[in-house]
Amino acid sequence: MSERNILEVSPPLADRYAVTDPALQSISVQINGDAWFLQTSPEFALKRLLSLGSGDIYSLSKAFRSDEFGRWHSPEFSMLEWYRCGFDHHDLMAEVEQLVRCCWPDAPAIEKLSHRELFADILGLDSLCASVTQLAEAARAQGYRAALELDKAWLLDLLWVLAIEPNIKDRAFFVYDFPIEQAALARSSMVYGIPRAHRFELVINGLELANGFWELTDPVEQERRFQEDNVKRSAMGLAEVQADPRLLDALRRGLPECSGVALGVDRLLALSVGVASLAELMPFAD
Amino acid sequence: MANYSTNEFRPGLKVMLDGEPCSILDNEFVKPGKGQAFNRVKLRNLSSGRVWERTFKSGESLEGADVMDYTMEYLYTDGEFYYFMDPNTFEQHQADKKAVGDTYLWLKEQDSCEVTLYNGTPLSVTPANFVELEIVETDPGLKGDTAQGGSKPARLTTGAVVKVPLFITQGEVIKVDTRSGEYVARASKS
Repeated sequence: MSERNILEVSPPLADRYAVTDPALQSISVQINGDAWFLQTSPEFALKRLLSLGSGDIYSLSKAFRSDEFGRWHSPEFSMLEWYRCGFDHHDLMAEVEQLVRCCWPDAPAIEKLSHRELFADILGLDSLCASVTQLAEAARAQGYRAALELDKAWLLDLLWVLAIEPNIKDRAFFVYDFPIEQAALARSSMVYGIPRAHRFELVINGLELANGFWELTDPVEQERRFQEDNVKRSAMGLAEVQADPRLLDALRRGLPECSGVALGVDRLLALSVGVASLAELMPFAD
Repeated sequence: MANYSTNEFRPGLKVMLDGEPCSILDNEFVKPGKGQAFNRVKLRNLSSGRVWERTFKSGESLEGADVMDYTMEYLYTDGEFYYFMDPNTFEQHQADKKAVGDTYLWLKEQDSCEVTLYNGTPLSVTPANFVELEIVETDPGLKGDTAQGGSKPARLTTGAVVKVPLFITQGEVIKVDTRSGEYVARASKS
């Protein structure tokens, strides 16, 4: 990081706002009688700094997510997150690869393919253009018996679990340009008439190591996405979450054109030393 | 029966799936890119013995199965059913051929077995790891005859056929490992 003049910053682990993402549960703590929330990632704090002119920054800190426990999930884990002004997601993917190789010299060669190519390759489906009906049929064809949600992002996740992940155990790749239903905080644009979210993930041996975006800088679009998150939350029976107004202020102030990535350090270390679970790596695992 | 949700699934938990009692073998939590969480679960169908793999939404629940294992004493068979007794309650249970399966090869009267009851009825029977049975038929085994690598077949009282060393004779009681069907040693002197 210092070779590249990326400044280390220390985000607060506890803050007044939770995240609206329906798939993430922020852990709440009582501080002086108020509910605060442990960060699920330092993204919002780092973006606020970027909007104030920090330039390229990174943080290596603990992140916390409730309801996540398994071989590769720990409710408390280490996240390395960094932002590069003037990079698009392709530039950042190249840098992520350099970092991985630096920590893990024996890492396998990393391919690069689009989300559309990956799903076409393994499932014969066009992930960008497929309809909810087509995705639902594919899930049934994979043997899923229970009730399906007729939501594109949900079905894509299900297909990942049913069909993609089991078939990529010996591959290492960056997958980029996701369907817009899975944009999260990435910007999207029309490419050859089809909207794509400029998001990428690094997946090695079936394990997701990093998630990155060419960042969305439009405060109006970001606010709309937060509202959509809350609609989804209600529909799922989850409590709505107040969107962090300071992030929206930062976007209104002006986020520089940049790309950012979050990398699971425990998972990277586990792969590099060859252990098969976080519990084998983390000295204080539950 | 109580319902169990995916985060309560542990190896050994007995649940109902598609109307059949199953035992959970493995439960893997998977969550693609900050999306919906799922559990990839491996189960053994206790009726058929086959292993199923199913993916569930995290938080989904299954009905518990009334499946319990009991140590019981094998009493006898009338050719159609096999009778076991719970030494604590003195209750007798009859198990059909399907429930007993291959275990009939290792059943000796008064020996203890694991009987799995499903809704109170024997679903399967597992013998103890080792059983001592008498040889009812085997060749004398001439010294120096190593054509089969120093062993010969012997039929036991139950009908099981086991390979034994040449020096073992008809009428002897031997100890057999029920999991591999292999001769272990001569029976311990009682």
